Formats: sequence, C-alpha cells, structure tokens
Amino acid sequence: MTGTMDRVRSAVGAGRSWGRTVTDGSSSGNGHRSGDGAPAQTRRRRRGGGEQPMVPDAEFTSYYGRPVVRPSPWTADIPAYLFLGGLAGGSSLLAAGADLTGLAGLRRATRATALAALGGGTYALVHDLGRPSRMHHMLRVAKPTSPMSVGSWLLAAYGPLAGAAAASELAPAVLGEGRAAAVLRLGRAAGLGAAGFAPAVASYTGVLLGDTATPTWAEAGPYLPWLFVSGAAAAAGGAALVTAPRGQSAPARRLGLAGAVGELVATEVVKRRAGLAGEPMGQGRAGRYARGARWCTVAGAGLGLSVGGRSRLGAAAAGALLAAGSWCSRFAVFHGGQQSAADPRYTVVPQRERLRPGT
Amino acid sequence: MGFFTDTSVCIGCKACEVACKEWNHVPEDGLSLTGMSYDNSVGLGASTWRHVAFIEQPVAPPGPLATPTGAAQPGPGGAEAMSFRWLMESDVCKHCTEAGCLDVCPTGALFRTEFNSVVVQNDICNGCGYCVPACPFGVIGRREEPDHDAAVGLAQKCTLCYDRLRDDLEPACAKACPTESIQFGELAQLRSRARDRVATLQQAGVAGARLYGADPHDGVGGTGAMFLLLDEPEVYGLPPDPQVPTRRLGRLWRQAGLAAGTMAAAAAVAFLGGGRS
Amino acid sequence: MAECHPVGFQWVMEAKARGATIIHVDPRFTRTSALADLHVPLRVGSDIAFLGGLINYVLSNGLEFREYVTAYTNAGTILREDAADTEDLDGLFSGYDADEHGYDTDTWQYEGTVAAPAGGQRDRPSKRSSKTAAKSETHGSGGPSMRGTPEVDETLQHPRCVFQVLKRHFARYTPEMVAEVCGVPPEQFTKVAEAITRNSGRERTTAFAYAVGWTHHTVGVQYIRTAAILQALLGNIGRPGGGILALRGHASIQGSTDIPTLFNILPGYIPMPHAHEHLDLASFIEADAGTKGYWGNMDAYTVSLLKAWWGDAATEANDWCFDYLPRLTGDHGTYNTVMRQLDQGGGGYFVVGENPAVGSANGGMQRRGLANLDWLVVRDLVMTETATFWLDGPEIATGELRTDDIGTEVFVFPAAAHTEKDGSFTNTQRMLQWHHQAVEPPGDARSELWFYYHLGRIIRDKLAAAGADGGSSADDLDRPVLDLTWDYPTEGPLAEPSAQAVLAEINGFGPDGSPLSAYTQLKADGSTRCGCWIYCGVYADGVNHADRRKPGQDQSWVAPEWGWAWPANRRILYNRASADPEGRPWSERKAYVWWDESQGRWTGHDVPDFAVDKRPDYQAPPDAIGPDAIAGNEPFIMQSDGKAWLWAPAGLVDGPLPAHYEPEESPLRNPLYGQQSNPARETYDRPGNRYHPSDSEPGAEVYPHVLTTYRLTEHHTAGGMSRTLPYLSELQPEPFCEVSPELAATAGLEHGGWATITTSRTAVEARVLVTERLQPLVVAGRTIHQVGLPYHWGTNGLTTGDSANDLIAISLDPNVHIQETKVATCAITAGRRPRGPALLDHVARYRVRAGIDGGDQ
Ligand SMILES: Nc1nc2c(c(=O)[nH]1)N[C@H]1C(S)=C(S)[C@@H](COP(=O)(O)OP(=O)(O)OC[C@H]3O[C@@H](n4cnc5c(=O)[nH]c(N)nc54)[C@H](O)[C@@H]3O)O[C@H]1N2
Ligand SMILES: Nc1nc2c(c(=O)[nH]1)N[C@H]1C(S)=C(S)[C@@H](COP(=O)(O)OP(=O)(O)OC[C@H]3O[C@@H](n4cnc5c(=O)[nH]c(N)nc54)[C@H](O)[C@@H]3O)O[C@H]1N2
Ligand code: SF4
Ligand code: SF4
Ligand code: SF4
Ligand code: SF4
Ligand code: SF4
Ligand SMILES: [Mo]
Repeated sequence: MTGTMDRVRSAVGAGRSWGRTVTDGSSSGNGHRSGDGAPAQTRRRRRGGGEQPMVPDAEFTSYYGRPVVRPSPWTADIPAYLFLGGLAGGSSLLAAGADLTGLAGLRRATRATALAALGGGTYALVHDLGRPSRMHHMLRVAKPTSPMSVGSWLLAAYGPLAGAAAASELAPAVLGEGRAAAVLRLGRAAGLGAAGFAPAVASYTGVLLGDTATPTWAEAGPYLPWLFVSGAAAAAGGAALVTAPRGQSAPARRLGLAGAVGELVATEVVKRRAGLAGEPMGQGRAGRYARGARWCTVAGAGLGLSVGGRSRLGAAAAGALLAAGSWCSRFAVFHGGQQSAADPRYTVVPQRERLRPGT
Repeated sequence: MGFFTDTSVCIGCKACEVACKEWNHVPEDGLSLTGMSYDNSVGLGASTWRHVAFIEQPVAPPGPLATPTGAAQPGPGGAEAMSFRWLMESDVCKHCTEAGCLDVCPTGALFRTEFNSVVVQNDICNGCGYCVPACPFGVIGRREEPDHDAAVGLAQKCTLCYDRLRDDLEPACAKACPTESIQFGELAQLRSRARDRVATLQQAGVAGARLYGADPHDGVGGTGAMFLLLDEPEVYGLPPDPQVPTRRLGRLWRQAGLAAGTMAAAAAVAFLGGGRS
Repeated sequence: MAECHPVGFQWVMEAKARGATIIHVDPRFTRTSALADLHVPLRVGSDIAFLGGLINYVLSNGLEFREYVTAYTNAGTILREDAADTEDLDGLFSGYDADEHGYDTDTWQYEGTVAAPAGGQRDRPSKRSSKTAAKSETHGSGGPSMRGTPEVDETLQHPRCVFQVLKRHFARYTPEMVAEVCGVPPEQFTKVAEAITRNSGRERTTAFAYAVGWTHHTVGVQYIRTAAILQALLGNIGRPGGGILALRGHASIQGSTDIPTLFNILPGYIPMPHAHEHLDLASFIEADAGTKGYWGNMDAYTVSLLKAWWGDAATEANDWCFDYLPRLTGDHGTYNTVMRQLDQGGGGYFVVGENPAVGSANGGMQRRGLANLDWLVVRDLVMTETATFWLDGPEIATGELRTDDIGTEVFVFPAAAHTEKDGSFTNTQRMLQWHHQAVEPPGDARSELWFYYHLGRIIRDKLAAAGADGGSSADDLDRPVLDLTWDYPTEGPLAEPSAQAVLAEINGFGPDGSPLSAYTQLKADGSTRCGCWIYCGVYADGVNHADRRKPGQDQSWVAPEWGWAWPANRRILYNRASADPEGRPWSERKAYVWWDESQGRWTGHDVPDFAVDKRPDYQAPPDAIGPDAIAGNEPFIMQSDGKAWLWAPAGLVDGPLPAHYEPEESPLRNPLYGQQSNPARETYDRPGNRYHPSDSEPGAEVYPHVLTTYRLTEHHTAGGMSRTLPYLSELQPEPFCEVSPELAATAGLEHGGWATITTSRTAVEARVLVTERLQPLVVAGRTIHQVGLPYHWGTNGLTTGDSANDLIAISLDPNVHIQETKVATCAITAGRRPRGPALLDHVARYRVRAGIDGGDQ
C-alpha cells in the first residue's frame, strides 16, 4: 500500500496516537520517518558518523509524519548544473589568468572547458523546467528578490562572453596565425569580461538554494556560497589538470588545491552551523555523496600535492578526483536539502526552538 | 481580502475541497486509502488546493454540559463521553503578505492581485519549480499528472478564486461551506471576528483554542488566510513559526559577494607563483 | 447528521452558537459527535431501552409538563379491562396470535369506543389475512378514527388510565437497566436525562432529530413511537424548537411518500383499497365518514382524487370510477416482490432511480431475483450494478450464476438528472421547493415525467386503435387507462410534459376550473378535482408557491414565503398546542400561535393548525362529526380524539406501547422480557437468508460481533452518484471497516490491512481502520465489539469493492416493511476473502459450524 499507509500503520503501532504522535527520536519516531524509514536510533548513530549528536533529538509533533514544507521538484539536473556552473566559472578565471600570463595551452584548455560546462549546465537548466519551451520567460523580468532571476541575467551576460572567448581560439586554425591576432585580442576582451562575471556565476547558486524554506539549505545558506566557490575552484583546477599541457598546469593545481581545502573546511562549517538541519547531509543518499565527496577531495588533494607536479598521469588522476569530489559535494547538498524538506522534524523542531521563550 | 477558517465549527464534510476542484477544474489527485483517519487527499499540492485534515486525538475530559441558559460551549470541546476528540481543519494557501513563492519567481508568473492574493499566471510560468521549496507552508506544487492536463509542468495553487472575485462572487470553497467554518472577507474585519471567536471559546473552556496567521508581525508579515486552531499548528501540519526565506536575502548576497571576491583573489594568487613547475 | 445532512447541520451549529446543548446518541463517534457537547455511544438496536429509560426518568420524577399532558394527550383516557401489557405477558401485549405472528388489536381500544385506523382496516377482507395484507396502509397521515367518546380521568389516577399504564410499563427501564441493555453508564444516562428535562416545559423546548439509525430495525417504528411519547410528556410537540425531526433520505423522499411510490397508499396517505367483493366507495370511506377529525372528510379527498385522475369519466353514477383503482391482494412490498421473483420467477421489473443490487438488504437474493425475470427496465443516470448484475455480479464470480443461463432481458434507459428538468423537492419539513431545468439532458437521457407520459400516451393510442377496430380491447378492462386524464401540455425540443401543469393538477381545480387554495374547499360531490389533498394550495391563484425564494432576512423568522409547506403552508404541525387550553401562549418566550379575543380568531407567527375562528372554549355538540367534532382545546386535529397518543389504541401492528426487543440477530438475551425480539417482525428464514443464532443459542459464538452499516459524507447510498465521480471517489477511495483497537488486537487486524467479514449470507472484504471512534461496550456483563461498515460499494465505478448488503439478512419491521440494515451479527478475520467458488465453501463452513446450513446452496 502507499508509503503513507505504512507510516501511519507504524505510527499506530507506536502507541496508536495518530497525528498527535510525540517523537522522542527513538522507536515511536518510526511512525514519522518519511524518507527511507530508517529507525531513529540508526539515524542517531549514522549522524556525523559516530560523533556526539550536535542537537539532542527534540520532541515534536506532526501530521502523520507528513512534510510541512514541500521538497523542490528538481531532479539531478540541478546539482549537475551547480557543478557545471561552478566548473565553467572557475575555468573562465583560469583562462583569463593563463591569457594574461601567456600560458596559451592552459588558456585554450580552460576556455574550452568553460564553454563545454556552460553548454552542459544550460542544457540541464532547460531540461529541468516543467515547460522547457518557455526557458526564455526567465528573461521576461529582472527580479533582485529572485536569485534565479539574477542568475539568469548573470548567465545571459557571462555565457556569450565565455562563448566568444572560446570561439576566438579557433581563429588561428581558420584564419591563419597572422590575421588571427586581431580576433585573439577580441577573445582576450571577451575572456576578461567572462572572468569578471565568473565568480558570481560560481557563487550565486549558494544564494539560490539558501533562499528557500528547505531546512538544510536555509540553515546552511550563508555558507553555501563559500562551499560552492571552493567546489568551483577545485573542479576547474582539477579539470585543467586533466586537460592542460603538463608544463602549464601549476596555477590550476594551486587553485584546485586551494579549492579542495576550502571545500573541506566549508563542509565542516555547514555541518556545525546548520544545527539539526545539517543532520540530513549525513544521512541516506546525501550521506553517501558527502562521504564520497570527502574521500575524493582528500585523495585528490593528497595526490595533487605529492605527485601532481611530476607525473602527467598522476596530475590527471588528482584533477579527476578533485572534480569528482566537487560533483559529489553538490549532490550531497542537494539531496540533504530534499531529505530535510521531506521530514517534518527539520522544519518543526528548529521553529519550536525559535519560539521557546528566551531564545 | 482573505479567509478566516474557524476549525471549531468544521464538520469535515469536504464540500470546500470538492467545490474548489469543480470550479477550478483541478484534476483528481489519486485514489488510494491512506489510513490517515478520513483524510485521503493527504495535503495541499498542485492538484489539491483545499485540504481537510482529520486528527483523532485523546484529550482530557472537559467540564460539565452547558446549561440551556448558560454560555455556549462551541467547538469540539464537548463530546466528553470519550476522552477523545476529532479535529478537522480545512487548509489552503495563506496568500502571505510576504510571499516566498512570489518573491523568488523568476518569470513573474506569480503576481499579487488587486485583492492582495497571490496568483500563478499559467501562460507565463515555465515550471522552474523555484516557488515550491520557497513556500514556508509547503502549499504550492508543480503539477506532474495527469498527462493530458493543460497545467502539467506548471506551478499550481489556490488562486483565491481570482476569477470569481473579479465577478463579485465569494470563493467557491467559502460559498460551499455549510457551517461557515470558512469565512471570506476583509482581513481587518476577519481579524477582529477571529479574536472575538477565540475569546468566546477560551472562556467556554475549549481546550487549546488559538489563532494562527492573524499576526501581521509574524515571519510572513501576516497571512491572507488565518485559522482558529484547537491545538498546536504542527498537529495540523502547519509550521509553528513560518519565515519567508527572502528576509535572509541581504545576508546571503553579502556572503555570495565575499565568496566570489575571495575566489577571484585565489585565482590571481594561483598565478603569482608563476606558470611553469 | 453532520455526516449525512451537512447542509441541514449548519442550523444545529447555529443553535449551538446560541447556547443549545447538542447530544449525539450513536454507537460510533462520527463527525456529528465531534461537534456535539456530549456523545453517548450505545449498542445498536437498544434505543427503545434508552428512550424508555428517559420516559421512566420523567414519570418517576414527576418531570412531565402536567398541564400539557392532561389537556392535550390521552394520558387520562381509560383502557379496556382486558387490555394486557408486556408487564403482564412477559413481553407480549394482549391479542397476540402465535400462528399469525400478529396481533388482534381490539383489546388495545379505549374503554367504550371502537377505534379503527383511518381508512383501510375495516376494508380488510378479514383479520385472518392480516399477515398477508400489507399493514402500513391501514391508517392515514393522521391516526385512526373512533366511534364514541372515551372515558377520561383528568386526575390521571385511575389504575386503567393511560398515564398509570405508561408508568407501570416503563417502570423497569431504570438507569441500571439502560446500562445493562445499551452499555450506557448510569452517570452518562443521567446527564442526558437532566439536560433534556431541564430544557423542556413552559419556557423551553427540546427537539429530537433522527434518521435511519432509528428506522432500519425490526422495531423501527416503535423507536419513533418511544421518542413521540417522551416528547408528548415533555410538551415538546406543536411548539417552536420542539418536535421529532425525521431527517429524510434522497432529495424528495418525503415527496415520494406524500405522493407515494409506495404500493399501499394513495396520494395524501389515503389507503389503497383491498381486493374483495362488494367494496364500493361508500363502504370504503364509511368508517371515517361521520367520525371526528379531519379524516372525517376522507370522502371529499378521495372523490376529488378520482376526479383528478378520471375527470369527466368519473360520475356519481359509476361511483366516481372507484372500481378503476387497483386493489391490494397482499404485501407487494419490495422484499416480498423479490421472494416472488425467486420462487415463481418470470414477469418484469421496473427499477427507476434505485440500485437494489447494492442498496437493498441481501444483495445476493436481490441479484438472483433479477436473474429470474423475463425483463428488467433500469432507468438511471449511470450504469448501475443492478443493470450489469448479469455480467459482472458477485454471483458470476462465484459461479452461482452463469451469464449464458440468465434469461432476463435488460433495458437500460438513461435518465435526466434534477438539473436537467423542472420539478419540486419536498423536504423533511414537508416543504416543497421548486427547481428549474438548467440544461437539456444529454443524448437519450429523459426525465421520468417524459418517460411515463409518452409511455402512457403510446399505450393509450394502441388500446384506442385496438378498440376502434372492435378488437378484444373494446373490453372494459381498458377503460381505466383510456379514461385517464392524460392531456399534459408538452414543451421544448424534447416534447417534455410541463411539470407546472402536473403541479396544478395536484393542487386541484374548483367547479369553475380555477385553482383551489385550500383542502377545506374539497367536496365529495364531484365538483372539485385534486391530485393530492394535502398539497392543495401549493398552486393557489395559479401561482407556483413552491417557487418562492424570499430571503430569510426579508421576512419573519418562520419564513413562510420560502417555498410552500403542506398542509396550508403550515411550518409546524399541531401548532395549536403551542398555546394553553385557553389559547394563551404557554410562555412569551415560546409564543407561536395564540387566540386573539379582540379579533375572535387564532393568530401568530405561523398559519394556525386549527379552524381559525374556533374559540378555545368551543365544545362540540354531541352529534357533531368531522372537524366540527374537535373541541377548541384539542390541538391534534387529525386524531379521532383530538389528542396526542401516549398509548396507541390502533394504527400499529406490533403493540400499543413500545417495548425493547432484541434485533433478529443479537449476541444478547433480552434483559427486559422473556420475549427475545419483536413478535410481529417479518422474517424469511430460507436458504440464502439464514438468521444467525442469538445470545447463548448453540452456534451464536460463530458470529460473535455486532455489525452495523452506515453512510459516509463522501459517498451516496448505493454509490451510483458518487463512485462514478472522481472528486468524490478520491475522498473515500476504498471500502473499509472501522474497528476498535481492542477488537483489532483480539482479531489480529492491522490498521490499513485487510479484513474479511463473514455472515451466513456471504463474506466481504474491506480495508481496516483501527480507531478509538469505535469502543467496545460492556452490556449485561459482557464485552460487545461492534464492527462498522459503510455500505456504498459495488462492482462498478471509479472506486469498487464488496457490498455490505451482501452480508445482511432480510428481516423487516412489520409496520412499514423496512429492512433491519442497522444490525446483524458477524465474524471478522484478518486478510482478504476467498475468491470464486472457494468463497461459497468458506461461508458454508461457517453456517455448518453455526448449525444453520439446512442444506443451503
Ligand atoms: N453524504 C450522504 N448523505 C446522505 C446519504 C448518503 O448516502 N450520503 N443518504 C441519504 C439517505 S437515503 C438517508 S436515508 C439519510 C440517512 O442518514 P443517517 O441515518 O444519518 O445515515 P446512516 O449513516 O445510515 O445512519 C446514521 C447513524 O446511525 C447509527 N446507528 C446505527 N444503528 C443505530 C441504533 O440502533 N441507534 C442509534 N442511535 N444509532 C444507530 C450509525 O452508527 C450511523 O452513524 O442520509 C441521506 N443523506
Ligand atoms: N446496509 C444498508 N443498506 C441500506 C441502507 C443502510 O443504511 N445500510 N440505507 C437504505 C436507504 S435509507 C436507502 S434510501 C437505500 C438507497 O438505495 P438505492 O436507492 O437503491 O441506491 P441509490 O444509489 O440511492 O439509487 C438511486 C439511483 O438513482 C439514480 N438517479 C438519481 N437521480 C435520478 C433521476 O432523476 N432519475 C432516475 N431515473 N434515476 C436517478 C442514481 O444514479 C442512483 O443510481 O439504501 C438502503 N440500504
Ligand atoms: S502560502 Fe506559500 S504559496 Fe501561498 S502565498 Fe504563501 S508562500 Fe505563496
Ligand atoms: S514554477 Fe512558475 S510560478 Fe513557480 S517560480 Fe517558476 S515560474 Fe514562477
Ligand atoms: S479560494 Fe478558490 S481556489 Fe482557493 S481554495 Fe477556495 S475554491 Fe479553491
Ligand atoms: S466545507 Fe466547511 S465544514 Fe465542510 S470541511 Fe470544508 S471547512 Fe469544514
Ligand atoms: S446533498 Fe443535498 S440534500 Fe444532502 S445535505 Fe447536501 S445539499 Fe442537503
Ligand atoms: Mo434513505
């Protein structure tokens, strides 16, 4: 029968107190598990992998364990875009740097990456719409209160520039070295312009998630931009380690490593500061992605530090791991939010805390 | 304009749910028994714009019967034979003064009408889905089925019967409600009526009577749909202290700006060390 | 009431807001209980004990409204010496005939009078056949009529006066007994008793509202009688805020008894004549002509009816075509008809706006009966189970019936719904409200009016043609049909007969062909025509009064200009009782209708239910007959003694007073009398309809629990109008049963799981809702579990499932032949029921264990 019925049945099993069930985080909580139905005790152990619970399970009431807020209707397209947008942004920065410091190989590689990531990201965004044919409605209005509107305009500005920069790389092949110079100068202008928007492209998505009633995203909101720019740096650096000629990849490695460190730190901060709402990040699907992200990033960073400089293959492997870490961490954040919305506990308990006199 | 829903006189007949669907051509929302008392429509969503909640609940036996001359004991305060009560509440979009859904809508599909209600324009919505997690009450949803339905892929919710209001008709749900559990009208009037009613109930000793959404200073600037509840909001599936997400927006943008700057700086630094290793 | 009359319930909420105390007496905690001040759960089938307890509480504490009781009821009337009560005969009244399972009611008469129910009874061929003749037709809308004036003891002291008999009869209905029978604790009973008595008398009135929770019993009519006695004792009849409100069923089910779809009465509750020789109109009404009360004018009502039907063909010479009226040869009620279908087979069957395959008791028998017909006509909005029984009915699934073997020819006619035709609804307040056609019916759908008018027209044409060429049908046999007034104007693209024209005919015409305005104008000389005397006036002055829609705030609180209520647009019947014998209001607060000396007439907020100029001190001359024989202080003008009847000398077939009897199937022995259940109830102990053993009889333990069936707000009756609609189906998408946590534990039932409920008739499956809204009751020292089962489901529609009625046996109330659908015993087990032939074996095994198999198949 429906999941609902199962939930209610177990709620009834646990003292048959229907919608009034008081959950103490142990057995009777089962009746209110709306996600994977994992018994609360297991959840407590899982949370933070054996650390002390950061927030003691509070008593709370709900309507048959139904969500109070609604999880977003978004699919994998969105975390994929979070990653790709960051990758594009980071790559445009590297490209600009490479351009200014005359690392043509790195420049070529990163401009290409940026364009590819941008293309993939845009596809994901359109694909996730309920009415893809109405993508252009995104530019009907400019609304500062809507991070998605702001983001749309950012992409509208950044996209063509990044595209032009990448396109300019074709000039030598098409026009021949001599006449290409002029085009490359335009390409530089475009590339620098893109780089100007790039950091915003990488960070606004943190605001987009933060500006919701989804408990985990809302609580983690202020730290998400940091997590996302770190991830963008790690991903871009990592990707460049894979694609750029070995001799020119040092800046990419540095950026990637910096990003990795930033990502590990930001993740920790999110977990600590988000309080109870951080819990889902360690659970179920989100938890698996989070552990994957942690592992990849640490491994990628380690490898990058040790062999990164010398072995082409090692560098590529390190880069791939860094990118993978960034990818996983986006999915961890996404699913953590979805899970937090699906469980009334994460909406009700913190709000009750707020209401408690003296807090 | 807005609603005052007095759950103490709701008889759970669901006429409001049906009237809403009839008037607005909202499709059937699933044919499965939930076991949640008499509630088989589960909650508000893209295809359920009015939802009647049923809560079977043990309570402490109330006082003696009202004497014929004595004050009324309205609401389910009575029914004391069993130390037990059956709460019913008809939920609906709150038409928030500060509406998360509206704030975040990137296309302008969601707009505020001349009646201060919050309405989706079906011809503009592109189904981005952002309004869905932005609603602190979990009201609005994106319609996914049935396939042939014209609004599939679009965000859907209560329109406060925008079309009816423009024709000087009250909303279909309020019109259908036999016990005036759903009252439609001028918010100011409704607020004072709600305050009087809750006072009557409290003085009659009805357990846990309280107002919800009637405070203009709450986290969403007050709602266009207030409720008289007989227990804590979360018992009915309502958030105890809803906050419109966009109130945090300034802080979020600042952090995003700093993060972006730091990223740019980090990139610059990355090149200072020189290109070749 | 909140469940089934939600729109009407708004007024209960209004009353509550004004300080009324709402008490809900129901085995289950329902949506009504949720809004009530007090919910009293009791065992199904035990209300006579509960109400009897209240009567005893009133009498033993002297809480009756004395002046009212002495002046307006038959409390003081002296009964015959040989009248014996259940007290004397251990649960039987005098006159019981064990072979007939019926009563000879003579000994129930008042001393020195001969009371016979208005119309009908004396017309019975003989008392012997009282079992074969349907009985409810033996009295009209008022009570029986009576010859002679009874002896009355104003002091109510005479040992044989009704009041004393009543006291003795109900003496044993103590709070303790109520607890034992109903499972209602004495404290709770006392709460109710105090609330009701405190709220009755000069200054206050109490109302009772009931519906089929009270009527679907083998003692249904006596349930209502008990409430009537209580209300009469408390002075709550004929006064504002009082009364016993029957919450009716289908829209206009009231209308379909006023202008009956019943076999045993004519319009306006005029009895249907029985078939026997030498009965002419004179002898038919003889018993009433010349007696007291408004039934004294039954000749005028009947002749006007015959004139309305046969017009100029009806003359004094041919006895106003009285012989054209069909005659009763027995009980032609629906359940007897089904038995005839089963036993004799053949014949045709019109099923119009009904779905007996799901809605009537013992669905299996209903469908097997249908399978035995020559032809079946179904007129409905949707394809009902009754129309498709031969294709996918449960009997097809079990192999009991094979589609190929069923010879019944089924004609299904799509019907127009009320929005697609003009017409009127008559509600429980006897109020007619007109509804206008909103849209043309789709496709071939047509109204009933259209169907029967054109069917009649075609038949008449054929007969006329046959007659013309001197065929056999020049025969007088055709005259009743050919002479009918069948000339309704038709209108619109579909040649729809004018519903207004029909209303006008019902209202009636005077000698000059102009509309009548009151039934008091009706004459027995053939000068007036009236299709239903109680509706006379609805079309006064050619105005459709049923179509009035004056908003409440624009008129008095009685709202006389909204619709039209029979009789004479009276909103409260017997309202002369709202004034004291001198004609003064009992209290200012409850003033309603009173005598205005200055004007010399009755006046007030409502139309007085009394001859307006009859003085309160009017005393009828000894030779007065009919209405003139009613004294100025006798409000109950339809009764042949002008009084409210605490004791019913005639009119009921199962006792002059109510007594608690156990249902046909009960886990208990009757704690009150040796007589277990209603001795006059109608039963059909036969294969397919085996009754369970009760109490401690061997086999009773096989069906240990009490089963009750009921409605959900979200669905309508047999489901044709709700299971076919997505917006209603999604609200209650599957059949379920409701059980207490305790029963769930003992029977191993899981919330949300499946249960199989078994009776001797069949087994059905339903999802389980475990809920505290059902509680086990401790009765007679035993814990009784009640299983609740909505009866809306069947095999067709968007939500389908087993029908509760397949579980229910046919056993009937003897007065009105209503089935006992509110009580049965059953077994309940976890899991789904067997499929196919295995289901038959499953049910048979239970029957064998209970020792009631009798080789059934
Ligand atoms: N929504 C909706 N409304 C309807 C209908 C419908 O199908 N759906 N049907 C219409 C029709 S046709 C009718 S007749 C009316 C019927 O209206 P109701 O009589 O109100 O309908 P039921 O639910 O059959 O029975 C009412 C209650 O009687 C209780 N009951 C059973 N046995 C006993 C008993 O012995 N004593 C007491 N005190 N209570 C008992 C049951 O628990 C049930 O709660 O409703 C009309 N209105
Ligand atoms: N177990 C159990 N059985 C019961 C009861 C119970 O409480 N328990 N209640 C009993 C009671 S009170 C009743 S009234 C019966 C009801 O039982 P039924 O009357 O057999 O069932 P309904 O579904 O009301 O059937 C009415 C049909 O009329 C159709 N209809 C509606 N309008 C029109 C119209 O204008 N013209 C035509 N031709 N058809 C129309 C509808 O589609 C519907 O199919 O059930 C009885 N049976
Ligand atoms: S309740 Fe939700 S959907 Fe309704 S206005 Fe407020 S935010 Fe928007
Ligand atoms: S889904 Fe439609 S209404 Fe909701 S935010 Fe996106 S565009 Fe606006
Ligand atoms: S106001 Fe209109 S749209 Fe909103 S719930 Fe009521 S009926 Fe539905
Ligand atoms: S219509 Fe009114 S009474 Fe009925 S469920 Fe809705 S709010 Fe409650
Ligand atoms: S269905 Fe019709 S008759 Fe029944 S309660 Fe509703 S409005 Fe009244
Ligand atoms: Mo009925």
